[in-house]
Amino acid sequence: MSTPTPKLFGSSIKRREDPRLITGKGTYVDDVKLPGMTYASFVRSPHAHAKIRSIETSAALKLKGVVAVYTGKDLSEGGVKSIPVGWLLPNIKVPAHLPLAVDKARYMGDPVAVVIAESPYLAKDGAELVEVDYEALPAVVTGSKAMAKGAPTVHDEIAENVSFRWSLGDKAATDAAFAKATKVVKQHFINHRLIPNAIETRAALGSCSPGTGEVSLWLTTQNPHVHRLLMAAFVLGMPEHKLRVISPDVGGGFGSKIFIYPEECAVVFATRKLLRPVKWVSERREAFMTDAHGRDHETDAEIAVGANGEILGLRAKTIANLGAYLSLFAPAVPTYLYGTLLSGCYKIPAIHVEVAGVLTNTTPVDAYRGAGRPEACYLIERMMDLAAHATGQDVVDIRRKNFIPKDAFPYQTPVAVMYDSGNYQGSLDKALQMFDLAAFRKEQAEARKQGRLIGVGFSTYVEACGLAPSQVAGALGAQAGLYESASVRVHPTAKVTVFTGSHSHGQGHETTFAQVAADELQMPMEDIEIVHGDTAQVPFGMGTYGSRSGPVGASAIYMSVQKIKDKAKKIAAHLLEANEADVIYENGKYSVKGSPDRTKSFGDVALMAYLAHNLPKGLEPGLEAISFFDPGNFVFPFGTHICKVEVARDTGKVKLLRYVAVDDLGRVINPMIVDGMVQGGITQGVSQALWEAASYDENGQLVTGSFMNYAMPHADDMINIELARTETPSPVNPLGIKGAGETGTIASTPAVANAVMDALSPLGIQHIDMPLSPSRIWEAMRATGK
Amino acid sequence: MYPSSFDYHAPATVAEVLALLDKHQDDAKVIAGSQSLVPLMKLRLSQPKHLIDLRKLPGMIGVWDAKGALQIGAMTTHDALEKNELLKAKLPMLAEAAGHIGDRQIRNQGTVGGSLAHADPAADWPAVMLACGASVKLVGKGGERTVTIEDFIIGPLTTALEQNELLVQVVVPVPAGRVGAAYEKYPHPASRFALVGVAAVLTLDAGGVVQAARVVIAGMGAKASRATAIEKALVGKKPAAESLKAAAQHASAGLEVTDDSGGSAAYKRQLAAVVAERALVKAAARAGQARA
Repeated sequence: MSTPTPKLFGSSIKRREDPRLITGKGTYVDDVKLPGMTYASFVRSPHAHAKIRSIETSAALKLKGVVAVYTGKDLSEGGVKSIPVGWLLPNIKVPAHLPLAVDKARYMGDPVAVVIAESPYLAKDGAELVEVDYEALPAVVTGSKAMAKGAPTVHDEIAENVSFRWSLGDKAATDAAFAKATKVVKQHFINHRLIPNAIETRAALGSCSPGTGEVSLWLTTQNPHVHRLLMAAFVLGMPEHKLRVISPDVGGGFGSKIFIYPEECAVVFATRKLLRPVKWVSERREAFMTDAHGRDHETDAEIAVGANGEILGLRAKTIANLGAYLSLFAPAVPTYLYGTLLSGCYKIPAIHVEVAGVLTNTTPVDAYRGAGRPEACYLIERMMDLAAHATGQDVVDIRRKNFIPKDAFPYQTPVAVMYDSGNYQGSLDKALQMFDLAAFRKEQAEARKQGRLIGVGFSTYVEACGLAPSQVAGALGAQAGLYESASVRVHPTAKVTVFTGSHSHGQGHETTFAQVAADELQMPMEDIEIVHGDTAQVPFGMGTYGSRSGPVGASAIYMSVQKIKDKAKKIAAHLLEANEADVIYENGKYSVKGSPDRTKSFGDVALMAYLAHNLPKGLEPGLEAISFFDPGNFVFPFGTHICKVEVARDTGKVKLLRYVAVDDLGRVINPMIVDGMVQGGITQGVSQALWEAASYDENGQLVTGSFMNYAMPHADDMINIELARTETPSPVNPLGIKGAGETGTIASTPAVANAVMDALSPLGIQHIDMPLSPSRIWEAMRATGK
Repeated sequence: MYPSSFDYHAPATVAEVLALLDKHQDDAKVIAGSQSLVPLMKLRLSQPKHLIDLRKLPGMIGVWDAKGALQIGAMTTHDALEKNELLKAKLPMLAEAAGHIGDRQIRNQGTVGGSLAHADPAADWPAVMLACGASVKLVGKGGERTVTIEDFIIGPLTTALEQNELLVQVVVPVPAGRVGAAYEKYPHPASRFALVGVAAVLTLDAGGVVQAARVVIAGMGAKASRATAIEKALVGKKPAAESLKAAAQHASAGLEVTDDSGGSAAYKRQLAAVVAERALVKAAARAGQARA
């Protein structure tokens, strides 16, 4: 394989999409306006758990401007079925999830009816006139309480509210490891619930063509083809080819826009009934209540340490709160995206993890940036610190001692996955070059003499992304393969359109994908257009989540470009009257070895491909290729994050003093864009550690239902993040990419928590559950009596 | 986020405002900078049928020197007050406090009169205005009356404003002598409203002894209120660090403090003491530097 000098790969090219997006010229779903458009407003349960005795719609229907009101009964009679689950586990119990609740409402915000009107205001007026007779029932909001005897039952058919029990690892080997441990450290962790808060709320606009019955659905989705497939095949019972899903510009997702939600199903139902366009745009308040939440684990963890400080084994028993219904990928998140990462970057001979997936009267929980891996990373990185303290080891030494060495890759962990490549020592060394630990320890000792509490926290992390080998995913319960497609079309004038099944909702694909294609084709980026987010244009796609667009999506583009180059070379050789083997392609020109003056440009070749007057015998006209890249393994980014904090003795407030992040993301297409992803990810992870937390009261009322009480990070909460990278290419894709979208979120949370515990260690405090809010820390300090 | 239907009025005179208030009674709501009312309307927690916008009224924006006092037009935005030279020179604590309200977008829209009339217990203006001994000018059909902030704010979201009255001006006395003032707040991490806010105005005599103290706590009760225990502890003493610290411990004395999502009652009492000490230290330092 020839390796042309990379020109654009690795360059910090400014995002081509930004001028459009930041000058208000983007097209979001709410920007699409169609003639005769109507608006939907949902009637939602104010109760976390209630029997629906009756729904009275006549007053709403009488209001001028209200076009229709539909209830769950109407949808059922119209053939609308339960929303499916896309990842099944052995013996899993899947509750029915009708888009509009019929018999019972199961969380605050559960939709029970939809009002369609001539304006969004009238729709809202109409929704207020729908009278629902509820019989409030006792609610249960935490996973452990839902499993307890006598707890309210969320779905009558699922006893004890347990949807699944799942385990991974060798239990006997783990028991044996603990039996020979010199020290066992136990800790109970709560990894609390988060609310995604994409800047653009979810939205759907459905338009059914009266003539053909075809439905166009503009939708805020991270995976338009998956949406189309599942909605058509399972929910709506309509032919897949009669449904077109368009996800134009989408303002952030963090996972929350992967899933099939009730609202888009109701919107399609309504437009097919009314034969008028129906638009719904989530209000921010609805977004808090109904966008799938993230995390929410309760875990008992145990780590076994040997006489020389080596880790012998790890046990985790986790209760995962899944909310009121199983969201699309909910079963995968606390199992295969969590348990498989519990080895961290350490040689741990034996690991056993048990997970109970539990239903409660709360918003459904699903993948949220990192999805299972932040929970795993938090657990193992906190346990390494606790193990270090319990055995009198330094937190850096215990990590070094237990790292998987760099010559051990590919490395098979005891929890199913095989790490592709890594150099954990190298990453830690580089981070320690940036952060002088010895100097810090001196500073810390001085500060402690003055009564000040400063601390440092380490997170040496590894994660799995670039989902995923389809065969493996299928064997683990995924109801779909996780390859990606890319179609590359060279036009007669040598302009290029790339159709990608990946989806950009902030990632910058229009820039980075063009960088990849332009290098390979040796042409300016400006001649390449990236098209995504339309099932009518892009042949197929699995979408964007799990940091897969680079390792999987860009690789598919690379493959198609190779096919284009192969065919173009055949045409060029024919035009140059040379042997294909003697033809070389350089700087956008084909020439024959030894006679550099005889050239044909890529443009000449592209034109001839379509004129087809003079093609090699048997070669079809045209210059277009499609590829489906199905990787052989996940990719495993890794790195070292170091956080320095000060805890105020008088208020308990944590102040960030320094943050150093050394990440290994394999080869990086656009360092500037990746820096942005890492910074954003770190901010989100720091925010879980210190500020953000979704909270329900005991009746299941969402207490943190707005920006007034849900503490999103403000710009002035953050400090400068010092970024650096090492580069260990991944062998599992042709570009050597490891995926960068989630590492920051995964790595940063334990770095901050470890730093705060280090700061508090003179008081004898070992652990406080997150969020590490000033009041919690102050109470913990007060409880020590020091 | 779609309010219920309403009629919008933008009268050009106070008389027209009063006539509209009279006509529509409880169906009408006056709107100033829209930062408190509109969010409530979007949640449909407030559903006025008539909205009376004050933006066209003359003489409602600005700061004027009025012999020993400053007059502040009710429609003056937080941002304008933060940057106002007269205010910065004569009552710097007010300009400082203005700069810490909400975020820039809120400061560009929100008004001092609107904030006082809304009377959020965690808002900044009621606390600093009460510490300064300010009054508000209210205009009604029967004429004009002046009410002290102490009497004006009755409780959470409740003021002495009659249904057909309009808040047109805030009058703040300019202190003479060795006076120092400071406002410190510990913001809620999400809303940035004060979990605890403390405004302190200290007056020293020629010997550097505290002659008068006005200390106000916001965020911890039904309304911003005087911390009389702190004031008593300070008067007659030199503002040494130890006595300021000791006085600050009384910050939540007499307040009913309960556990809530902001923390336990004990934590909130601790915060009040910490924030009060910060405000007292700053105010004392400024008083010490002030010319007699």
